[in-house]
Amino acid sequence: MREIKYEDIVKSVKDMILYSATNLPKDAYKALQSAYDTEKSEVCRQVLKQILENADIAANEARPLCQDTGLAVFFVKVGEDVKVVGGSLKKAINEGTEQGYKEGYLRASTCHWDTRANLKDEVGYNLPAIIHFDLVEGDKIDIEYAAKGGGSENVSRATVFPPAKGRKGIIEYVKQVISDAGPNPCPPLTVGVGIGGTFEKAVISSKHALFRELGSKNPDPVLESMEEELMHLLNNLGIGAMGMGGTQTVLGVHIEKNPCHIASLPVSVNVQCHSSRHMHITL
Amino acid sequence: MSKTYHLTAPLSEADVIQLKAGDIVYLTGVVYTARDAAHKKLVDLLDAGQALPFDMNGAVIYFVGPTPPKPGDPIGSAGPTTSYRMDSYSPKLINEQGLKGMIGKGKRNQDVIDACVKSKAIYFGATGGAGALLARQIKKAEVIAYPELGPEAIRRLEVVDFPLTVINDTFGADLYKMGRAQYEVFE
Repeated sequence: MREIKYEDIVKSVKDMILYSATNLPKDAYKALQSAYDTEKSEVCRQVLKQILENADIAANEARPLCQDTGLAVFFVKVGEDVKVVGGSLKKAINEGTEQGYKEGYLRASTCHWDTRANLKDEVGYNLPAIIHFDLVEGDKIDIEYAAKGGGSENVSRATVFPPAKGRKGIIEYVKQVISDAGPNPCPPLTVGVGIGGTFEKAVISSKHALFRELGSKNPDPVLESMEEELMHLLNNLGIGAMGMGGTQTVLGVHIEKNPCHIASLPVSVNVQCHSSRHMHITL
Repeated sequence: MSKTYHLTAPLSEADVIQLKAGDIVYLTGVVYTARDAAHKKLVDLLDAGQALPFDMNGAVIYFVGPTPPKPGDPIGSAGPTTSYRMDSYSPKLINEQGLKGMIGKGKRNQDVIDACVKSKAIYFGATGGAGALLARQIKKAEVIAYPELGPEAIRRLEVVDFPLTVINDTFGADLYKMGRAQYEVFE
């Protein structure tokens, strides 16, 4: 049994949050540069220029890229041969989250669903973190993190289709969700699509799809061709950067699939703004 | 063709009626921050017949909930939040209180667009997710109401050359619709 210290997890999570808040990942920066080079609309080119400049300022001066520093979302794969010593893994991730958000002068954005009162004193600073655990073979802990903003979550949608809807129905649905969203989720976007499983499995898959590197290929050839078709269709919507009207609406479409129940075809679309703050570490 | 203007807030009617959707505006002067929680409180005050915490006549409201400032800075990162959450409150402030400008991102509903026409007000877009860049144009920030709302408190900001695009003008035009119509490809 490999042992990992509680404090080491706290520190790793904290460091990941501090770094992500101020440093746009290379894949997102590259995709935005390419959008700037390709965009035909001068208004959108100016917006993309501001977005790239913002990323430079944020990195150079260690300032948050966006004031919406998100809810902290984690996908954690825990090896069955790992033991966390000195405390629980869940508590360590939450403690690292709180420390990171406090030390980085990031925004505490969790609130009560009804009173809307901020939970920073009652529960903890920007707590609780949203954590999806999975148990795997091995002696490592694998942590994927994203700071997920509210604007792009607000336009995300899920449904359960009858199987007859098929590929065509899925493509139409994704197109409709992005078309309806328009300027609101801060395009250019990454679009995560989860297909299959149960209702909640599709939703979680669509979230996880956002963590994949922009510009990487889907290993499944059918999904790869759907991603290419959707990229084309979504960019043809004409929404453009910040919805000002342009040719570059999406930076990537990422699809994850799951086996379905014979009666259903769940589909979920999770939208990510251009400030795609995500990071991956293995302990 | 879109024009570029340098304006000073608070704004006059003459300032806003010259603007057209798509124009670029560099705004200098005083703007007030408010998100939905603060808007609710402002409208509740008006419904109770009480005075507002700042003069709304000619005012510009910025829809923003900044990150906490680092020591020595006036404000943290401060980009716009999505504006539709303020749609149910904005028309009253425009039509009855003389609000002249709103800064945010994303679509407004027809009630807001109609109020901008009827009572001469502008909805400006700032670049969402450019919070570090936009914060550079904010020279001073002071909480003037509802400190208990934390990031959602009302702040009085002094801005210099704050970069904006006119989304909805006083003629009922909407840049989001115009821009998209120009680039949408139907297959």
